[in-house]
Amino acid sequence: MREITYAEAIREALREEMKQNDKVFILGEDVGRFGGCFGVTKGLWEEFGDERVRDTPISETAIIGSAVGAAATGMRPVAEIMFCDFMGVAMDEITNQAAKMRYMFGGKVSIPMVVRTPVGGGLCAAAQHSQSLEAWFTHLPGLKVVMPSTPYDAKGLLKASIRDDNPVIFLEHKMLYGVKGPVPEEDYIVPLGVADVKREGKDLTIIATSLMVHKALEAASLLEKEGVSVEVIDPRTLYPLDEETILSSVKKTHKALVVHEAVERNGFGGEIDHNGEGF
Amino acid sequence: MGEEKLWINMYTSMLRIRRFEEKVVELFAQGKIPGFVHSYIGEEAVAVGACSALEPTDYITSTHRGHGHLIAKGGDLKYMMAELYGKKTGYCKGKGGSMHIADVDLGILGANGIVGAGLPIATGAALSSHLQKNGRVALCFFSDGASNRGTFHESLNMASIWKLPVIFLCENNMYGISMPQRKGMAIDDIADRASAYGIPGVVVDGNDVIAVYEAVKEAVSRARAGGGPTLIEAKTARWRGHFEGDPQIYRTQEEIEEWRKKCPIKRFEEKLLKMGVLDEAKIREIEEMIAKEVEEAVRFAEESPYPEPEEALEDVYA
Ligand SMILES: Cc1ncc(C[n+]2csc(CCOP(=O)(O)OP(=O)(O)O)c2C)c(N)n1
Ligand SMILES: [Mg+2]
Repeated sequence: MREITYAEAIREALREEMKQNDKVFILGEDVGRFGGCFGVTKGLWEEFGDERVRDTPISETAIIGSAVGAAATGMRPVAEIMFCDFMGVAMDEITNQAAKMRYMFGGKVSIPMVVRTPVGGGLCAAAQHSQSLEAWFTHLPGLKVVMPSTPYDAKGLLKASIRDDNPVIFLEHKMLYGVKGPVPEEDYIVPLGVADVKREGKDLTIIATSLMVHKALEAASLLEKEGVSVEVIDPRTLYPLDEETILSSVKKTHKALVVHEAVERNGFGGEIDHNGEGF
Repeated sequence: MGEEKLWINMYTSMLRIRRFEEKVVELFAQGKIPGFVHSYIGEEAVAVGACSALEPTDYITSTHRGHGHLIAKGGDLKYMMAELYGKKTGYCKGKGGSMHIADVDLGILGANGIVGAGLPIATGAALSSHLQKNGRVALCFFSDGASNRGTFHESLNMASIWKLPVIFLCENNMYGISMPQRKGMAIDDIADRASAYGIPGVVVDGNDVIAVYEAVKEAVSRARAGGGPTLIEAKTARWRGHFEGDPQIYRTQEEIEEWRKKCPIKRFEEKLLKMGVLDEAKIREIEEMIAKEVEEAVRFAEESPYPEPEEALEDVYA
């Protein structure tokens, strides 16, 4: 199978979904001709034009808020927030609007929108450009939260997210954008809510997300030399969470380790730990 | 301070920013400075004109493009450079880097990695001055792109109804990354927005350090006298990319060249030479002094240690 980067895989998902469905459009800062701060949308403006690849002013509140309004009225916006750290600027729109509208309106509206945003450290860009804030979003009923670790997953999960009728927070990792992997050319999706066993083992289960999947796989190879067999599970979507795959692995290994990049306190690891009580 | 002495100080400060920034760009290209660097080259007259109209006890809030503001407010090149290197001896113990340099003792409430975050913080500093009746003003630097954030509206409105001693200084360099001003808003002058808040809105040539100084001085007097905030728009340009490494596909080389011809430092230098306030010998003396400061700053930064890993967990709580 041909290999492309994580960023290219995301771009392909956007292109394919935009071609298949004229309701899908992109909005965000510098996403047009500039191609996005990390180059993810490069070439899409040339292909789809100003109307469907919309450069916005520096107005995150209005980017997310207008995506909610457009989604409630028949469109399928894919908004880009340049760094996950800037989501704070639009947290009312995420928390009280996108996540709540359907519920509060008695199910009479759906909000089919995606917010793509990069998380994680690695660029030495200090405390306002390095965070992994997934726990903010998993705490909010009404949202789905996706965190791909490979180009294959990124493409399939983004296509599924765009087709989903709920608001989806799609968390990309900045240090993964250049990582290559096999990605089919034909149309496929990776369904939300299905974990992936990235490596099979029998002594220990590591549940890792995003970039940490790669670190866990490296650790697993090292441990193999010491005779320890590690199973690495990537939940891929934090909500909905595939508890079954995680639980059946831990039933086999009897030991679990959760590895994520975010602050440990009140992090997503605690949630997995809690779900795993009584192993 | 006599006017001539003030002018020489202003000239020196602009040149100090230029030479520091040239060095930073060079060091960044050599891989010695981690993270992002947003160069202030070309905009020196704004920081210097503005900070020259402030007292040392006044406050500023700065931006991601903040090195110039810090130097103009009295920042020490050694601690700045060490911070850019991520060293323990830097202004923020190496935890902030380029986008977060702060020195509260100098009234610098921080550069900021969040565009538009400085506006309400400056408003709050002005509120604090008002409540404590200490006569200090706050000056907020921000650029055209930031003026499209909600914080701009909320801050200007709040500062105007409470008549807070704050100066909102928009360094309009015509771009927010790749977005030209004319695409990000449907008006030519950001200063026009002042009328929506019932406050004065002033446009100045941001490459004319004296014009900036005069406009800010007037706004500062009004603020100290209880007359409330002013919005000043200084029209200028950055000569380099948004960040180091920006391919700048959104503007032409000619446009950049046009602005280079309007160099704020050259322009002021010529004026001071003509007036006899400066001469070639004095310029050489200033250049040499600054070269030494920059060299020392680099040496200090290179010789300083990195923080220890466990220091990453310090300073989270008071
Ligand atoms: C809230 C927020 N949105 C987006 C960014 C990313 N970003 C960093 S600088 C910048 C452009 C800022 O433009 P402007 O305010 O005109 O400042 P200039 O770079 O021209 O000095 C953007 C979009 C950010 N840091 N914070
Ligand atoms: Mg600007």
